[in-house]
Amino acid sequence: MAGSGIAPAERGRADDMARARTLPLHQDGSTRFLPWLIALMVFLAALAVGAAFALDTALERWNDGLRGTLTVQLPRPAGGGPLAPATMEAALAAMRAVPGIVSAVPLDAAAQSALLKPWLGDNADAVELPLPVLVDLRLAAGASIDDAALARKLDHLVPGARVETHGAWLDQLFRLASMVEIGTAAIVLLIGSVAIVTVIFTTRTGLMIHAPVVDLLHLMGAPNLYIARQFQWHAFRLGVRGGVIGLVLALLAFGALYLAAQQGAATADLMPGFRLPIGAWISVLALPLGMGLAGLMTARITVLRALARMP
Amino acid sequence: MVRFENVAMRYGRGPEILHDLDLDLAPGAFHFLTGASGAGKSTLLRLLYLAERPTRGRVFLFDRDIAQVPQRELPGLRRQIGVVFQDFRLLDHLSALDNVALPMRVAGAREDTIREHVVDLLRWVGLENFVNAKPSTLSGGQQQRIAIARAVITRPQLLLADEPTGNVDDAIALRLLHLFEELNRRGTTVVIATHNEALIERFGYPTLEIENGRVRHRAGRARAG
Repeated sequence: MAGSGIAPAERGRADDMARARTLPLHQDGSTRFLPWLIALMVFLAALAVGAAFALDTALERWNDGLRGTLTVQLPRPAGGGPLAPATMEAALAAMRAVPGIVSAVPLDAAAQSALLKPWLGDNADAVELPLPVLVDLRLAAGASIDDAALARKLDHLVPGARVETHGAWLDQLFRLASMVEIGTAAIVLLIGSVAIVTVIFTTRTGLMIHAPVVDLLHLMGAPNLYIARQFQWHAFRLGVRGGVIGLVLALLAFGALYLAAQQGAATADLMPGFRLPIGAWISVLALPLGMGLAGLMTARITVLRALARMP
Repeated sequence: MVRFENVAMRYGRGPEILHDLDLDLAPGAFHFLTGASGAGKSTLLRLLYLAERPTRGRVFLFDRDIAQVPQRELPGLRRQIGVVFQDFRLLDHLSALDNVALPMRVAGAREDTIREHVVDLLRWVGLENFVNAKPSTLSGGQQQRIAIARAVITRPQLLLADEPTGNVDDAIALRLLHLFEELNRRGTTVVIATHNEALIERFGYPTLEIENGRVRHRAGRARAG
């Protein structure tokens, strides 16, 4: 008779492959749909994360482009016609006199037509509009000016003159970006919650399907963790497999968006292109692993809680 | 080894199956458990292998009051009990070797130790040529011997067998009983539930007879062999 008691010294490293076979979870038809469901969730989460980061990047670029610049609007006289050259020179001199302003350059007619082109098309310069004179102000690096004081000074010279700091427009865009980021976080949270609920129900189904084997292992004295580990690694594998499928689909979608942004002439004037920062790539690439780990922890807790109720 | 004090058992709101049961099995004892179908043999075995908790009364196993044993220590106690189930409960997706190895794997033994012990034990029960066979390809008697090998692989202190000779001919039944005797000689307490009065008579060990939910002790006689 060979079966001798197991001495503590004999206990040790387990053969994980052999142990993993104890519960035939890989034969379980109820989990076949799980990777595809997780793939869809990861795909949607990746798109949401990508969209949020892309918008953030675009806003940063707009912000960088506008930082250190102001635009002054000098209205034409009430009776029509151009500003008097003397008035124009006086206004420019007033601007250049402000400490921190390094240049004040009025936009010529061609530049103004170029600005109107996206809205009025190629005939923009043929349309007679009472447009104000636009002056592009450049500030020294790190300099800031009192735009209200400058506006008051210019108003004496050219009634109705305005100083546009772009702040209000950018503020609105940043508020929009914040809302998009919150929305993205909510979407990712929702997707994560759905994934967790799905894993809970799948694990419970697995426990019911394999109840005879689980019961047998329990009666043999299998520690609860021994049983839970088999469910948790099964859930991890399914989560990662589904996550990788979803990630591949998302990368294909990003590639398509990048090409569309590169080639789309219509969007080129308004959109700075589809680019993702390194943080976005890390977040998106980590999704399959994150989904696997979420599945692992969920299955582990679900099984341990179920086993704790056994006699 | 095993002590029941005033134990009663009922399932849910059903009738009481066992009443006021007092039992004391000494270490190294060998007992048959008998009684009519539905008398409560399986319930008594389930209480013994900790699949159920009594409705009232106290169960002591290995000198420990089960009601006082923390949940985390129960697996350790269960590993000291070997069970041969009436329906074998072999896992169809595993080979004979892996089925027999299960209690050792559960206990965290090394794979090389497991293989050595399992192959040796399969030889002992006469199934050395079926190491890789799946249970579904084996006869009822062969499956029974796999189930017995699995129950004894860790040399449990308490061995419980529910109708272990139910599916085998007399020659095999005798051989199985001799296996249990050999284990018993090595110190394992053995309880065998059976309807086979001829075996009980032949081996002459004490018998626990369940009748109307109560246990009647029937003394054994000198072993007949």
